[in-house]
Order: sequence, then C-alpha cells, then structure tokens
Amino acid sequence: MIDEAKSPEPSRRKFLNWLLGTSVGGLLLATGFPVSRYLIPPEAAESAATTVRLPFGPEEVPPNTAKIFKFGSKAGILVRTPAGELRAFEATCTHLNCTVQYREDIGHIWCACHNGHFDLNGINISGPPPRPLEQFVVNELADQIVVSKGT
Amino acid sequence: MRRRFSAAVILACIAMTVGQADSALAQEQQDTCLTCHRALPAGRLADPATLYAEDVHAAEGFRCIACHGGDATVVGPAAMDPDKGYIGTPERQQIPALCGRCHSNAEFMKRFNPALRVDQVAEYETSAHGQALRENDDPNVATCTDCHQSHSIKAASDPRSTVHPLNVAEMCGDCHADSTRMEPYRLPTNQLDDYQTSVHWQMITDGGDLSAPTCNDCHGNHGAAPPGVSWVGNVCGQCHAMMADLFNESRHSRVFALLGSPGCATCHNNHDVHPANDDMLGLGEGSVCARCHTDEDPGGQTAVAFRSAIDSLRMTTEEAHALLLRAENAGMEVSQALFELNGAEDALIKVRATVHSFDVDAVTTETEAGLEIAVEAQSRGREALADLRFRRLGLVASVVIIVALIIGLVMKIREIEHGA
Amino acid sequence: MDRRWLGDLWTWLDARLGLSYVQKIAAKKDVPVHRHTIWYYLGGMTLFLFMVQVATGVLLLFYYRPSAEEAYESIQFLMAEVEFGWLIRSIHAWAANLMILTVFIHLFSVLLLKAYRPPREITWISGIALLGLSITFGFTGYLLPWNELAYFATRVGTEIIGVVPIVGTFMLSLLRGGPDVSGATLTRFYAIHVALLPAAAGVFLAVHLFLVQKHGMSTPDSVNAGEQGARAMPFFPNFLLRDLIGWLTALAILASLAALFPAELGVKADPFQPAPVGIKPEWYFMFMFQSLKYLPAHILFMEGEAVGVFAFGIAGVLLLLVPFLDRPSIRGQRERLFIWLGIAAIAYIIVLTILGYTANPTQ
Repeated sequence: MIDEAKSPEPSRRKFLNWLLGTSVGGLLLATGFPVSRYLIPPEAAESAATTVRLPFGPEEVPPNTAKIFKFGSKAGILVRTPAGELRAFEATCTHLNCTVQYREDIGHIWCACHNGHFDLNGINISGPPPRPLEQFVVNELADQIVVSKGT
Repeated sequence: MRRRFSAAVILACIAMTVGQADSALAQEQQDTCLTCHRALPAGRLADPATLYAEDVHAAEGFRCIACHGGDATVVGPAAMDPDKGYIGTPERQQIPALCGRCHSNAEFMKRFNPALRVDQVAEYETSAHGQALRENDDPNVATCTDCHQSHSIKAASDPRSTVHPLNVAEMCGDCHADSTRMEPYRLPTNQLDDYQTSVHWQMITDGGDLSAPTCNDCHGNHGAAPPGVSWVGNVCGQCHAMMADLFNESRHSRVFALLGSPGCATCHNNHDVHPANDDMLGLGEGSVCARCHTDEDPGGQTAVAFRSAIDSLRMTTEEAHALLLRAENAGMEVSQALFELNGAEDALIKVRATVHSFDVDAVTTETEAGLEIAVEAQSRGREALADLRFRRLGLVASVVIIVALIIGLVMKIREIEHGA
Repeated sequence: MDRRWLGDLWTWLDARLGLSYVQKIAAKKDVPVHRHTIWYYLGGMTLFLFMVQVATGVLLLFYYRPSAEEAYESIQFLMAEVEFGWLIRSIHAWAANLMILTVFIHLFSVLLLKAYRPPREITWISGIALLGLSITFGFTGYLLPWNELAYFATRVGTEIIGVVPIVGTFMLSLLRGGPDVSGATLTRFYAIHVALLPAAAGVFLAVHLFLVQKHGMSTPDSVNAGEQGARAMPFFPNFLLRDLIGWLTALAILASLAALFPAELGVKADPFQPAPVGIKPEWYFMFMFQSLKYLPAHILFMEGEAVGVFAFGIAGVLLLLVPFLDRPSIRGQRERLFIWLGIAAIAYIIVLTILGYTANPTQ
C-alpha cells in the first residue's frame, strides 16, 4: 500500500502485475493441460502388437455367430462355434486380403470376394485361398476376451 | 575280348558274394542283380543299379526283378534266363501295362501307399500320349518312365522328383519346347516360355505356393490332353470358382461357345496368364474388350461404364487412404477410419470379380457399396485434418500467452531499471 | 494480510534452508554489461532446453517400451492413441536438436571470447564433457523409435568405431551388444540414454554451474582493455528476467516447431531389408560423416576412414586442452591465433554440413 502510494504510476503498475499474473497462470494452464491429458491412459489400453482386449464381451457372441474385431491395423474374426467354443483368426483372406465373414447357414468362414471357404480351424477348404487363416489364442478373463498371437 | 570281360564280371561277383558271406547283409535275401551291376564300370549297365538306391520303390523293398523278371538268387547270366521271366529292357509299348500290374491293382497298392490313386494307367489311356502309343504304335510319345524316370522314381512331393510342382514345367518342356521333337506332330513349342511369364509360374517360384497350377493341373497329369474349347472354364474354375460361376451365367459364356472362343482364355490367354489389371477393361490401351467391341455398340459402352465404375471406386479409395495417411503422419488418430477403409478395398476386389458376370446391375450395386465406405473414410480424413487445424489454433493461443508474458517481463525489467 | 503470511513462511523456510544466504549471494552477483553480453544467455538457454528434455523424457518413459518387438509399436501408440503424445514426442525431438545447436553456439562463443582463460579451465573442461554427453544423448536417442532411418543411421554410425585399430571390433560389439545392430543394441542405447547419460550430465552440470557461480562471468579482453570501469547489472532480478525472456522465446519456438512439423515415425526397422538410399545421420554429425566420405580408401598404410576418425579424435582432445595450449592468453597477452582457429573450425563445420545435404547421396 505504501509502495503504491509512492509510485508515480500506480495504475500502470497494477496493469503490469495483472498482465504478469494472468500470463503466468495461462502458461501454467497451457503446459499443465496437455501434460495431464497425456498422463490419462487412453481407451485402447495396450500398445502391444501381440495382444488385444476386445471391445465386446463373450455374451455378445452367441453360438454359431462371429464378430469382426480390430487387431492392430488388421482385422480379426472371433467365431463362437455351434458347440460354444470361442476361436479367433486373422480375418484377412489369404488370397487377396479381403475381410472374411462367418456364414451361419453353412458354418464356414467365408470370403465374399472370390467365394473362398475356411473351416472352423481356419483351414482353407474351398476356393482360391492358398493358405489357412492364422489362428489366434483366445482367453476369457471374467467378462472380457483377450486375443493374442500365438508364439 | 568279350568273353574275357564276362569272365571278369563273374569272378568279381563270386568274389563279392563270398566276401560278404559273413556280413549281416548276407542274412538278407541276396540280390545278385545289384551286386553284379554295381560292380560294373559306370555306364548303361551299372547306372540303373546305382540310381535305384534312391528310388521310392527300393525303399519299399522292391528289387530289379519286380519289373525286369529273372532270378536274383542266381549268380551270372543264368539269372537273366527268359524262362525265369526275364524281360530285359521293356518295350515302350509294354511300359504302361508293366507299371499297371501293381499301380492299377487297388488290393496291392493298399499295402504300400493306400492314399495313392490306382487309375493312372486308365487315365493315361485317355491321354493324347496314351492314344498315340496304343493306336499309332508311336514309340516317341511320353510314357510312364519319361515323366517319372525309370530307375530314380521319387514321390511327387520330393523336390528332387521330376514331377514335383517346381519341376513339372521343365520336364514337360523337355519334349514340348523342343521344335525338332514336336515337328512331326505340328505342335507349337512356345508353351513353356509363355507359361514361365505367367502369374501361375510366378506364384509357384516367387510366391512359394506349390498349389498354383503348373502343366498337369490344367491338362491332367496322366490323362494329359489339351482342354477342349468348351470346357476351359471348368479347368480355370477349379480354383477361380467364383469367376467361373459368374462367367458361366453370363451372356459371354454362350456367345463365346457359339464363336468357338476358348472361354477364360479369350481374355486371359492360356499359358501366359498375366496378372489381371483394370486396363483390360474398357476400350483404352491394353483393353481386351476392344478386341471385339467399339464405342458404337452397347457392349463397348458397358465396358466403358465398368471401367469408370472401378476407376471411381479405386480413386476415391486411394484419395481417402492418402488423406488418412496425411492425418496419421501429422499425429492424428485415424486408425479406426483406416481399418474401415479396408471395406472399400474389399469392395474394389469384389467389383473386379463381379465384372465377370458382365451384369451392369451387379457391378453398380457392389461399386456403390464400396463408394459409400470410401466417401465416409474421406470425410473422416477431412475431419481429422480439421482437427489438426484446431491444434494449430491451440498453438497460436499458447504462443499469444507466451508473448504476453514476454511483454510483461520487458515492462517489469524497465520498471526495475528505471526505479534504480 | 498476504504479505505478512508470506513473510512468516519465508522466515520459517529461511531458518531451515538458509534462504537468506542464497539471497545474499544472488544479490551480490553481477553480470558485466558490454557489447558481447548477448552470448551470456546461451548457457542458460541450453540449461532450459535440458530441463525441457528431462521433463518430456520422463513423460515419454510412461509409454515407451524398450524392445525391438515393441519399441516402434509403443511410439505408434503414443503418437496415435495417447492425447498430446505427438506433442510431447515432437517437443522432445525438437528440443534435442535446439539444445545441441545452443551447445555449439555456446561453445564457440566461449572459445572466441576466450572465456576459458584462468581460472576457468575446469569450467571449460566440464563444458566440453557436457557437449560430448549432449551428442551421445542425441545419438542414442535417435535409435529408440526403432524405425528404418534410425536403424540404418545407427548401423553406419556405430561402424565408425569398428575402424579403430586393435580394440575396434571389441568396442563395436560392446556398444552394439553383439556383432550387428539388433534388439540388444536398443536396450543398451536405452540404458545409456535414460540412466547413464542423465546421471553423468547431472554431475558435470553441477560442476559447471558451481564454477560459473564461483568465478562469475568472464569479461572478454577487448572489453577489459577498451572500456575502463565496465558497467554491470545485478544477476537478480535484472539478468534472470532477461534470461526468462530467452527461455520463453525458446518455448514458443519449440511449441511452434512441434505443432507445425511434428516428429515423424516412418516405417519400422527391418534388419533384413537393404539400406534405403541416402541414409543421413543427424545434422550435427553431418560434417564428420561428409568428411569421411571425401577421404581416399587408403592413406599411407592406414585405412582412410581410420585416419579420419583418428583425426577427429585428436581434434576433440585439442579442443579439450585449449585452455592449456593457448599460452599467451594464460600470460595475459592478446593472442589472435586461437580466434582464427575457432573461426576456421566454424567455417569447416558449416561448409561440410551444407555439402552433406546438397551433394548427391549416391556418390
């Protein structure tokens, strides 16, 4: 109070203090915001290229159906066999890399592009695919499905 | 001279038989054919005995006498007594029947190789080779031993075998690429060269896909014959089932049959099947449609429409892909959009297959399905890039804050130094 | 109200930490003011960038996985999935480059102004050590994303050690953790980058800063001779506030570079692929890389590259010993030889670096 009274330009000094205070606050905010957002774990919880936790639970895949999931940048297919077992395969057809689908009527994994058929072990059984689909390991942990590449 | 030589052989045989008397080998059944022929100097008489060691039949316990007859327990020329069934080198016309004695006998083959078929001789009889051998008594055509060798026969799965997928083409080419041999039959000799430029050969050699077709997969292995013009599609359809089905339902299938044009091979060639590309479609350079159609007829117009459908889908997909990659390189999260764009790439492959139906509606439906996905991905890419601009706005904001702080500090310094 | 509360806190802390002692030192500390004062800011600027590196480096450790299988993927994840991951990584990458730049400018300004004269020899030596550590930071950090460019640049870069006679092969395998650059190299470089170097840098930085405090800023000869009774400004707050302005400017530049030119990731390293054409080292190695290219295959009885590496080694030792070699300066005479040598070195580095970026990569 005494200082300000002595000062020739009290309003100028007030403004300066306000400017410094606000901009320091702004700077702290501008660095604190990205850093705190950075530290919050992102939704896709794993960076590993060998394991993925599926965004749906086991109850969402009834017997004799299948679901496509994202495995890294590629597609995978999770099939529940009519007997109730969960199996996962790479969903890219070994012929020309189309995404395969499950045919409930014939119980095959099927590629619509050139009518390639795979059985529920991923073996190419008909049509142009030259190789079986790569099979993944499926683990059910509580109500989550974890798919990983076999070693 | 000759007699002295025979005497030497007999002596050698006796010496070896006696020498081996104690050995464990002698416990087994003696095979005097092998003992004597191996002892001969390398050449016509010794080589079969040496080569046979690695023959698939030797591994199953068959000896020379199984094919050549005679008595393998007797030493010397007496072993080769025609009375004991010795036939020497079989006549070429005899060979199919000779092999067929076992290979056509299901009962017998079951004991050694139950998985092996037993219809080879029957098939051979239907082949161009078998017919020429039987009806024209032509000794120059291929018979069992020409493809399978006579004394070093190996399973087709053995890479050393002449009938292994990697070796079949060269093996057939031994005769079929030889113009002097083919001259009397007036057959072309360019098939091997043509085939070795094909996508099929490329798949076998570079792709390591031994199920890709080589000569026998289209021509039949034992029933080798050129596929008739009307059933070329059946041959290609063994693998390209979808295309063959679509094509069989199409109007081209009927027209080509009427014209005597060889189905698939009309556009894709027979031996030199090259990877199909979009240029084959339409009426531009590299087009196969333009061989028959012009822009005057509806067929030509349809070809152009197909081409532009494929081009628009391909280009939209590529643009979307480039856009998303640009966003990704700038650090934006677009992996889901990139993943979904796979659907458009699938659709493009599907459209390329559907073209074989020559059905405008089917092609349009597939194209539109793909375009929808590609356009969606494009807009996701644009959104991501817009987000990127928003980031830059954030940058501007923080730079403004920093500049304000700098100004404040400059003023503060002035104040301090003026005060002092 | 406020002031009294603050005053109480100050008294409390002072009693326990000796703050008034620090305050007394700070108040006594002066910075000479003359036409070369601007160069005094570069050390502080480097320090600021180093702190940025430590902060962003620690943040990167939260997501990075040091193995050949996962390193690339974890950075991909960081860039694509983690919010502001791109920003943190880009700032780390850009601040690294800026820091090496400021280290070099700091070095040459000290060299040309002869600030290494007695009693500041140890300050100089610790500074050279920090330069070496900065470059090693850059070299080891470059490999960590495990992308193609980094992989091959590291392969070429480490190969240079192999030309050292007798112990070269052993040193090479010690550095690479095997005969070739592999996952083992990655873990080694990681350990060096995040543990060994920060510890060493901490020690040398402490020595360097302590000595700067102890001896104060060096005034150049030309100023001492020319201006009687040189002016000075107090370190606190006048110089420190100016320093802050420099730091903030650096921060703004960093943020802009990071947002406008984010660090790229490229494609994952594949040791079985042939090296792409035109592999280039980081810019601060360019002048050495380019010099080695111009050497003939053999010089006398030695391999050309070995001679080059040997020559750069000698140059490094000479640089370290400058305070002892510049004898006239020690005696207080004005000696221009070392200034000209310094200018020649700057010119050499600039010319060779430019050549490195413009010459045809296939030659």
